[in-house]
Amino acid sequence: MGVAAAPVVRRLPPSQAVPNSVVPHQSPPAPHPRVSLRALDQLWFQVAGTVCNLRCHHCFISCAPDNHSFWFMERETVREALEQSASLGVKEYYFTGGEPFMHREMVEILEDALAFGPATVLTNATLLPERRVRALARAAEASRYSLELRVSLDGVTPEMNDAIRGEGTFARCLQGVERLVGAGFLPIITTMQSWNDDETESILRAFREVLAGVGYTRARLKILPPLRIGEETSRSRGYDAAERVTHDMMVDYDPSLLLCSSARLVTANGVYACPILLDYPSARLADSLAEAAARPVELAEQACYTCYLSGALCSNMPTSGEVHL
Amino acid sequence: MIAPGGAPGRLGPEPLGCVAVFGGVYSNHVALAAAIEDARARGVEAMLCLGDLGAFGPNPDKVFPLLRDAEIPVVRGNYDDSISRGLDDCRCGYTDPRDNYYARLSYQYTFSNTSPENRKWMSGFPDEIRFRLGGLDVLGFHGSPRQRNEFLWESATPTHFLTKLAREHRADVLVGTHTGIHWKRRLSSQSWYVNVGALGRPANDGRTEVWYAILRADVRQLEVEFVPLAYDHQALAHEMATEELPIEFIDTIRTGWWTTCLEILPAKERARGRF
Ligand code: SF4
Ligand code: SF4
Ligand SMILES: [Fe+2]
Repeated sequence: MGVAAAPVVRRLPPSQAVPNSVVPHQSPPAPHPRVSLRALDQLWFQVAGTVCNLRCHHCFISCAPDNHSFWFMERETVREALEQSASLGVKEYYFTGGEPFMHREMVEILEDALAFGPATVLTNATLLPERRVRALARAAEASRYSLELRVSLDGVTPEMNDAIRGEGTFARCLQGVERLVGAGFLPIITTMQSWNDDETESILRAFREVLAGVGYTRARLKILPPLRIGEETSRSRGYDAAERVTHDMMVDYDPSLLLCSSARLVTANGVYACPILLDYPSARLADSLAEAAARPVELAEQACYTCYLSGALCSNMPTSGEVHL
Repeated sequence: MIAPGGAPGRLGPEPLGCVAVFGGVYSNHVALAAAIEDARARGVEAMLCLGDLGAFGPNPDKVFPLLRDAEIPVVRGNYDDSISRGLDDCRCGYTDPRDNYYARLSYQYTFSNTSPENRKWMSGFPDEIRFRLGGLDVLGFHGSPRQRNEFLWESATPTHFLTKLAREHRADVLVGTHTGIHWKRRLSSQSWYVNVGALGRPANDGRTEVWYAILRADVRQLEVEFVPLAYDHQALAHEMATEELPIEFIDTIRTGWWTTCLEILPAKERARGRF
């Protein structure tokens, strides 16, 4: 039982200095702080481009049925990226759009991804007929990895939700949720915060009641902060000129809180820094995943300011910005 | 022998054949005492603990003498790190207000009931412990070798990701805890990831036993045994009630189902539980 002491120990200093991947000062000084990829943990796919069956007022990339600035990704393109991602050690896959279920081969693409690792689809849940839900359930069942359905719902009443997401979407979304729950899924319901902080508890309670009404009694809920870009600028307001990430702000800041330190977005038209900046040409890093992984991201856009304040708001799991060993 | 204030980062210079590895204790001193006895009876050559001594359970100071007496080296968990450095929370990162409420409550309880001496002892815990088991290099850590509070769930951790971790951290066998649910995966013929589960609370499977792992190797073949440990959970539940800990925590000990902090569970693990 005796244990010999032969300390070969890696111990962090009490201040727990984070290996700083931000370059605060350079000569000549970079105009914006830069963040390098620490590890490619999350691989995002703009699988449905900017095509959506809805036209939400707060959509941060202004997706719509007629927004074709980004087109659907080919199943083969996704598969190639999945192959490459394995050697890069990716931890999870995210599929977004637009509306992913506008893609004819979405279920097959998810099956492909689930052979590699856990996959999450961000959906409005309005395009989920029974047949597709059953196919999804089979795909989820067949994999050792989790398939997460992340469903956007932006209100606890039709009035509150439909004002943002469009006429009739509250009922259609809840019907989608009901089918998912019926098939054994526990969808993560995401909602963009459109209320004051002190109302959060009561709004969450109301969400739980509404969801219980369609049989979802173990609701998983996630509140997202509003991003003041895209359609959202006209719904509420854009950013103030001062709302930017500066070099000074990065001193003592843990850059691993920012999604671009651990993620990239693959689209039908090249690889981007993150899913938030799809509309910004400056965020297009390279044609290939390997190149885009090697290239640091400049925090040039005002949306970066929201990321800065709220942390990795796009991931399923909470991030606490713990120091890395 | 472990000097207080400086736990060793290596088990023995000699390769071991059989070790018991304990995950998060979460102040469950009743289970820890039972586990030490159980592992001894099974003839293990050494025991180690992968951290998170406090949280959830009652009277955190009762755990320390058990570890010191049995000379069990401990890796620094996120809880140990927070408590020993006096941070404001446990760094589990809950965002759900209900999860956060319980996390804070148990953190504050643990913090105010851990003696300064024990806090100081924890501040000497290493971030990792390496040892040889048969012909295999084993690396013990808390969450992941790169991040103390990283969750590695069975349904959310790709094999290629673990293979990369093992390669980057130069180990054949990766051994961690932090999630509270035990699982293992063979990465290649000689390479493994093992999550030893937790002694502190049951594995969200409707059983009241808690789990630890016994690792054996001769030459380069690893054998992993997960041990379900029955212990006097009613005594623990009683003590938790006396300490006025939340009834939700006590229910978990009595039923084997997790009731709080469920936000962190991926779909498959969540679906297996009751809540
Ligand atoms: S927010 Fe989502 S559902 Fe709404 S328009 Fe944008 S992509 Fe479509
Ligand atoms: S929006 Fe956020 S994730 Fe994207 S580049 Fe800016 S800081 Fe990084
Ligand atoms: Fe932990």
